[in-house]
Amino acid sequence: MKSKFKKIFAGGLGQLTIPLIAIALLVIFNLIRDPSFFSITFSHNNDGNTIIEGNLISIINGASELAILAMGMTLVTAACRGQDISVGAAAAIAGSVFVKVLKAFSVINPGTVIFAFICSCIVAMLFGCFNGVLVAVFKIQPMIATLILYTCGRSIAYWINGGATPNVKSHILSGIGSFIPGIPIPTPVLIVILMAVIFMLVFRFTSLELLTQSVGINESAAKLNGINSTFIKLLSFIILGVCVCVAGMIGVCRLGLINHETLLIDVEMDTILAVAIGGNNLGGGKFKISGSIIGAYVIQMLTTTLYAMKVSSTDVKAYKAIVIVLLVVIGSPVVKREFDKVVRNMKAKKKSVSKGAAES
Amino acid sequence: MKRFKALAITAVLALTFVLAACGKSGNGSGPIKVGVINNPPSESGYREANVKDMEAVFSAENGYELKTFYSIKNDEQLQAAQGFITEGVDYLLISAAETTGWDEVLTKAKEAGVKVYIFDRKIDVDESLYEAAVISNMAAEGDTAVQWLLDQNLPEYNVIHIQGAMGSDAQIGRTGALQAQFDNGTMHCVVQQTATWDEAEAKNIVESVINSGESFNVIYAENDGMAKGAVAALDEHGITHGVGGQVVVMGFDCNKWALRELKDGAWNYDGQCSPFQAQIISDLIKGVNTTSDKIIINEEKGFDATTITDSDIEKYGLGE
Repeated sequence: MKSKFKKIFAGGLGQLTIPLIAIALLVIFNLIRDPSFFSITFSHNNDGNTIIEGNLISIINGASELAILAMGMTLVTAACRGQDISVGAAAAIAGSVFVKVLKAFSVINPGTVIFAFICSCIVAMLFGCFNGVLVAVFKIQPMIATLILYTCGRSIAYWINGGATPNVKSHILSGIGSFIPGIPIPTPVLIVILMAVIFMLVFRFTSLELLTQSVGINESAAKLNGINSTFIKLLSFIILGVCVCVAGMIGVCRLGLINHETLLIDVEMDTILAVAIGGNNLGGGKFKISGSIIGAYVIQMLTTTLYAMKVSSTDVKAYKAIVIVLLVVIGSPVVKREFDKVVRNMKAKKKSVSKGAAES
Repeated sequence: MKRFKALAITAVLALTFVLAACGKSGNGSGPIKVGVINNPPSESGYREANVKDMEAVFSAENGYELKTFYSIKNDEQLQAAQGFITEGVDYLLISAAETTGWDEVLTKAKEAGVKVYIFDRKIDVDESLYEAAVISNMAAEGDTAVQWLLDQNLPEYNVIHIQGAMGSDAQIGRTGALQAQFDNGTMHCVVQQTATWDEAEAKNIVESVINSGESFNVIYAENDGMAKGAVAALDEHGITHGVGGQVVVMGFDCNKWALRELKDGAWNYDGQCSPFQAQIISDLIKGVNTTSDKIIINEEKGFDATTITDSDIEKYGLGE
């Protein structure tokens, strides 16, 4: 037990140290502030289903879209050494396509929902491809390449919606967006778990993780070893496209309407932040998707805490910024190096003390 | 080159004369020529309804010949106004993109005998330059809604107030009346947060109140989307809403889908900044109504779930 603690403090958990410490601090802070913050209770929703509710559930549920986007963003970051800032706009497009296709049918049943999902998935993957080609083939910096879709994405969604905010009402959609009858856990949480498992399986049974890392660490070396770096980069954007589509669909299903102006607004910055808080190097290379997912929960926990403290929502961003600056600075290589130095000095002193004791 | 220029100028002059002549000849017993300058329908649901209303009222059946120009750019609107004056319209109807820069054009209109009506937004010009201005009053919209809420005679008012983008006209108008109630203590503000028109944010705000265990019985959301987000949170946590429910739900904008929620009894009230000014102006032009007031405040509508009808939804609802 003792050695485990030592390991954590010596950075033994690797890149997950910072996000886990952040979560721990937020939990402690909330316990001191108001112990009932974490209370979880059973209740019934208006459809008569038994559900669990409480701040903790709100956090895990509310971070779903962010967590899913962060998974895809981690891959793009690792392979392309840059970030996609068009995920929010692309999600608006995907969500609009989803609703447009659904509205084309007179009835909404599982078949039409799956068909609409596939359609919007294809569209999102195509836009991912567009970004990917700019980055992988034309070697444009990811942030510049995705700036194009960031700028025009919501206008495209506007055209798809014809300027309105179309509504769709169905039990299937509210099942995706909130609760499936008989299951007390919010469906978006289940979708996050499903996506995480899919990523795990893909990494377990393919060499995608290794290939992505090697392209990110040293592209020319990877090329010399016969890795098709262009394809790997393109693939990372297409996978992100799938994540974007899933996130967009959850966003639409939560409310039963698509508003291209507000769907997942400003999510791109939070997504990049989640990747960074997760201890991933934004300059590409080695990565841990689990870190990014935890990063997403840190951000949502922060937001929920601030809301619970009745901080005005206009001020929330400023408070968030303060905490994030702290997190990022603590996680920076300089602080890490200094911290390691202190730890090493302490060890050396201990050794010399015990040595001295033994000699005398 | 010089000759070409001269030729071009002559051609333009000739064309102007021909157009002017055409304009004059139509001034007899033919249709009333109306030029409408407005913002494009794509701007918002409000504008879409506004444009549709103009086109419906100033139709050929009603004895009008309608020319329209839509732009969000003031200079393009000014040019179009010049064009309409040259073409010889009888009336010029303007909803300006910006409030300034209209003096010159309106003076020209006056000299040419074109009568000007201003609608939706005010313009900073001398009152003598236009016949009347039919404008919206955002504060009245908030007052109507809050008056409705007071008329419900609830035993207590614990209000969740979800605001629009801070500083926008709609937010200021819709917040003002409610804020006055908070200030004088007739209503208790459980939480007042801006969701900047974001549905998901509105849901988060309501969810945080529910999790805190505080009681509330009114949700005042400053547009339909945010009201919908708030209701999603209520549904998830098993709190009933609407007619006969635990929580009174109020929205704004009167989208058709929102009015249907009202009709279903899921919401209680929906207020609207009325986009319908065409009939008022038409009545003034045809002399059905006369008024010496230069500023006419458009009546703001509000719908109650218990009295709304299908024809209201069709007539006043925005969008599809």
